[in-house]
Amino acid sequence: MKKVIMGNHALSYGAMLSRAQVIAAYPITPQTQVVELLSEMCADGTLNAKFIKVESEHSAMAACLGASLAGARTFTATSAQGLALMHEMLHWAAGGRMPVVMGNINRAMAPGWSIWADQNDSLSERDTGWIQFYCASNQEVLDTVIQAYKVSEKLMIPSMIVLDAFTLSHTYEVVEIPDQSLVDQYLPPFNPPWRLTPDDPHAFGGLTSPDHYMELRYKLQKDMEKVPALVEETGKEYEKMFGRYLGQVEEYLCDDAEFIFVTSGTAGSTARVAVDELRQRGIKAGNLRIRLFRPFPFEKVRSILSRVPRVAVLDRNISYGHHGIFYQEVKSAMYGQPSQPLIFGFIAGLGGRDITRDSFREIADYALSRDRVEEEIVWIGVKK
Amino acid sequence: MSKEKKMTTTITREEFMSPGHLACQGCGASLAMRLALKGLGQRTIVCIPACCWAVIDGPFPYSSLDVPIYHCAFETAASSASGVKAGLEILGDNETAVLAWAGDGGTYDIGLQALSGAAERNDDIIYACYDNEAYMNTGIQRSSATPFGAWTTTTPVKHYKKERKKDIIGIMAAHGIPYIATASVAYPEDMVKKFKKAREIRGTRFILIFAPCPAGWKSRPEDTIKLARLAVQTGYFPLIEIEKGEKWTLNLKLKERKPIAEYLKLQGRFRHLSEEEIAAIQQEVDERWAKTLQKCSL
Repeated sequence: MKKVIMGNHALSYGAMLSRAQVIAAYPITPQTQVVELLSEMCADGTLNAKFIKVESEHSAMAACLGASLAGARTFTATSAQGLALMHEMLHWAAGGRMPVVMGNINRAMAPGWSIWADQNDSLSERDTGWIQFYCASNQEVLDTVIQAYKVSEKLMIPSMIVLDAFTLSHTYEVVEIPDQSLVDQYLPPFNPPWRLTPDDPHAFGGLTSPDHYMELRYKLQKDMEKVPALVEETGKEYEKMFGRYLGQVEEYLCDDAEFIFVTSGTAGSTARVAVDELRQRGIKAGNLRIRLFRPFPFEKVRSILSRVPRVAVLDRNISYGHHGIFYQEVKSAMYGQPSQPLIFGFIAGLGGRDITRDSFREIADYALSRDRVEEEIVWIGVKK
Repeated sequence: MSKEKKMTTTITREEFMSPGHLACQGCGASLAMRLALKGLGQRTIVCIPACCWAVIDGPFPYSSLDVPIYHCAFETAASSASGVKAGLEILGDNETAVLAWAGDGGTYDIGLQALSGAAERNDDIIYACYDNEAYMNTGIQRSSATPFGAWTTTTPVKHYKKERKKDIIGIMAAHGIPYIATASVAYPEDMVKKFKKAREIRGTRFILIFAPCPAGWKSRPEDTIKLARLAVQTGYFPLIEIEKGEKWTLNLKLKERKPIAEYLKLQGRFRHLSEEEIAAIQQEVDERWAKTLQKCSL
């Protein structure tokens, strides 16, 4: 069935089709429609779930974790300040191996107050041990929720599904809503290897001495390293059943490209238009949209970028005192490789400033006219 | 046959707590858990945030309890318990009790928001606070449960605590939850009865347990029960129940209350107090006692 829905509702439909059993959430602009629709679904019985209307995001994640440890499939959604308030519990989720799936609407951090898109909220949670998917369409948002449960529950690692404020969260697109019976075939009920039950009492998360702690973290990393292959595997399985492939990255005309944009989120869609324009001008451009950011898809990125002489990484974020975060990550992935492209870093679109075809034109003009990296942050559209 | 009359008790002999836990000598909190579980039974899941009990239970991979434990974040005893309960219910288990078990720091202070949220939603959990009147696990720092006059490491003798203890019972009563009770490790029958009763009630239940801490109170380990009993007998810690936020019951009526000085003098944390200060504390206890009697329509 096809429906015209907003990005936020794509998250709600994804949670519904995945048969989330416990939802705990706190409203924040621009996430509110996610939980409003889920509230309605729970109220009218479309979704058989317990919805805990908590008093903060911190409690939202805490409640999800309790439910997850009790053996229930859990869902929540938040944004920016809400995500930052959850920070402690994000570590708890990954450290405790509780496979919560969460939507995060990328919104700039205050102050000054901003409700508009940038990625500093989710990227600040880069090192919490969560899998992170960045989406570029409402269809992808819905599909990713279902895929994320499959990946997360297999490895017992939580997943964050990230979408840009307004450019995706509030934009209406045609979305294919898959049949429930097919989704049920793809995603079996959550059956964790351990749970809180008086039938088999265990203590979870207790005091862990230096004799044991490091091994727990080693295991988390080892399981994280399994994610890229599992994303490929579950993505191909998804394609077989639903006709849409969900991979680690989305390549657009990368095969013969001599110049590649590296993008994420909705900017990745705009980049495709920019690539078409460049191709019309005779420049063999391509776009590599990173969908799986954590764990970082090293192999994919290396195999594609080592073929091209020039790369322009677009960041809608900044690590103050360093560079754009995707730029750091791409450079780190290419370091020590036998064939290294020139990698330029661009920062644009902070606090919801539009990233347009013109932004990419400017980026391309800059990168194509230089033979070495002169500055590590090239600001696009900033009033200096 | 001996003519001796056997003492009978209503408390089950079944134990859900093993020896080998890591509590200090004379710890009121460890006794409190043992009694609480005797009231609740084995079909109980316990959420323990950062507090002495996060250590008492024993380090990974050990546990001194025969019930499952979720060691949760400091401020999340209530919200974690709400989540566990929702998870159990959606999976069809409506029978297992979920107990949030926090100290006074996790209850009066950092966890108050989550507790208030759970109580307002009337989530089906039992929240027990073992109150030892300071942050004992981190080494005796003041909490908002620390009483007027007490020494702690952050309220040194020269600047002892000048503020009153927060009225957590009043706060919880204002939420109108179905069941609130106070309990003391010196009155085990009363405590076990209250946990048994709480288990049969649905909605948010709150039990405040008076749990002396020899290390933090600078009292003798062998005085723990004596102190807990004196706290009740002086009227400092009345044993009460509140149903639906309205119906107050005084469980132990006192014909004559002992002077608070008897209770204070057994504790090094009050050693610096002058006669005048002790008199001021007596006055505060008297006022609170009068209010309690009034609320209990006595």
